[in-house]
Amino acid sequence: MYDFSQIKKNLKVKLDGVPFNVVDFQFVKPGKGNAFTRTKLRNMLTGAVIERTFKQHEKLEPADMDDRQMQFLYKEGDSYVFMDTSSYDQLHLSAEQLGENTGYLIDNTNVDVLFFNGQPIGVTPPTFVLMKVIRTEPGFKGDTSGGAMKPATMETGLAVNVPLFINEGETLKIDTRTGEYAERVNIKK
Amino acid sequence: MQDRSAARELAARKAGTAVCLAGRVVARTEGGFTLQDDTGCAQCRSNTEVSVGAFVCVRGSWDGSQLSAASVEQVSAGSDRFMRGDSDFSQLMGKRLSNLRARHTVLQTARAFFDEQGLLEVDTPAIVPCPGLDVHLDAIEVLGMGAPRWLHTSPEYQMKRLLCTGLPGVYQLGKAFRRGERGKLHEPEFTMLEWYRSFAGATEVMRDTEALVARVGKQLTGGSALPGMQQPVDVAAPWERISVADAFTRYAGVTLESVVHDDDKFYRVLVEKVEPELGRGRATFLTHYPARMASLARLSPGDANSAERFEAYLDGVELCNGFSELTDAGEQRRRLQADQALRGKLGRSVYPIDERFMSALDDGIPPSGGNALGIDRLLMVALGAKQIDEVVAFTCARV
Repeated sequence: MYDFSQIKKNLKVKLDGVPFNVVDFQFVKPGKGNAFTRTKLRNMLTGAVIERTFKQHEKLEPADMDDRQMQFLYKEGDSYVFMDTSSYDQLHLSAEQLGENTGYLIDNTNVDVLFFNGQPIGVTPPTFVLMKVIRTEPGFKGDTSGGAMKPATMETGLAVNVPLFINEGETLKIDTRTGEYAERVNIKK
Repeated sequence: MQDRSAARELAARKAGTAVCLAGRVVARTEGGFTLQDDTGCAQCRSNTEVSVGAFVCVRGSWDGSQLSAASVEQVSAGSDRFMRGDSDFSQLMGKRLSNLRARHTVLQTARAFFDEQGLLEVDTPAIVPCPGLDVHLDAIEVLGMGAPRWLHTSPEYQMKRLLCTGLPGVYQLGKAFRRGERGKLHEPEFTMLEWYRSFAGATEVMRDTEALVARVGKQLTGGSALPGMQQPVDVAAPWERISVADAFTRYAGVTLESVVHDDDKFYRVLVEKVEPELGRGRATFLTHYPARMASLARLSPGDANSAERFEAYLDGVELCNGFSELTDAGEQRRRLQADQALRGKLGRSVYPIDERFMSALDDGIPPSGGNALGIDRLLMVALGAKQIDEVVAFTCARV
């Protein structure tokens, strides 16, 4: 069982037999009152999001998921083809099932495919993926208010803000939890 | 470089002016580089080799769109690592830096406000022998003092002891510490503005709160509407006042009577139904707390069921907690003993009763009103921040 302090994003819990994914959680506590955690939970079967508040001593039941490591092979029309790295079984998933993760799928990337009752219900990409910049303005035309950034398009079509010194063709490490630039990678040739 | 200019101000300069800039090279461009300082970016034309990521000092002439560098001095080593997603530079530049400037404004405004009112700024110890017995607050233990010590959860006891002098009032801007509190509105270490007025009560400190927050709003936004966490909130005085009983009926459809005897029930209704509706569009005081949640507030003279305790809400965010202070030593001791017993029952640490504070009450302090206001939360609402991380220099996870 999970307790209150273990609630975090992406934790998979079971409520009334249905698996839910924690998409957001908030520690709530009136200055002089009890502590609660207000959560937003996504039903992993239907995608519907519900809100639920847990108090400090409540326990949550983990959702038992079968997590299989698979390799993303290629895209075929609208479907994404994965292969189980131990059994060599192949699996087709639609863009709809993959959601925003399609932006992180580079051929031959290893991902975790989640199964609930034998049905694939989603994938978890690695925390960081390497991909090439295919389009960005050279030089100085970015947002100069913050850590100066400019827009770039990656090889998967993913749009990312990158530092001004980044050029087309360079390989970047992207953080899949946030969809943001992590760092530039020098690929040794 | 005493004579350095800000990159952002260059655009307003006449072409041909001699300027110098200091900042970081954020990109190399054809025939030069882009320099960024704390205000923005500027384009520099130069033949000098500089490394991306290095700090440079540049002197030259502004031509209206870029700086023609006469001299470029690279003063630190370069590397593009400064822009990695979790670097201090990436985290702090831009919005966060402007929020830190706003924090400076709020601290200055609070000081000016209370100085004008004749309150004395004080700075009491953070390490204390009795950290407060609020049933739902845990203190952070401090080792190495030769006796049991904790960081205070509020400087309340020590500030009230100062009132025995007859001072008109005291205020303090400092850190308060609460174990295990971390979330969008919580950091275990946060900035608290706390003040006490002698010969006054909750009414007077509520007026202080309205006036102070309105002044902060004016300083930061030029008007009285703060962006809020979800929607704008008007902080012009007077604020709405609603009793706890009325708020429970209006927003949760339950009587206070039906939940008041069970902390779990009371606070669940408060956080789920009531708090999200408070201070929507207009700042609100929640008043007349039930007597069993009086904390260190005195009971209303005409009504033993309610306490002269209030909280203020801005766009659903609890901003402060204030009292007409309980100055009756006997009653205070009974409450602290009850809190100790309840903490024991709940398995929480049972801290000692602060006997120096008790003596101060025994010896007498004037009737007073006090309030403790979260500066980080005020900043969040005033800047439209979504979480406390955006308004502090570093969270506990990044120090």
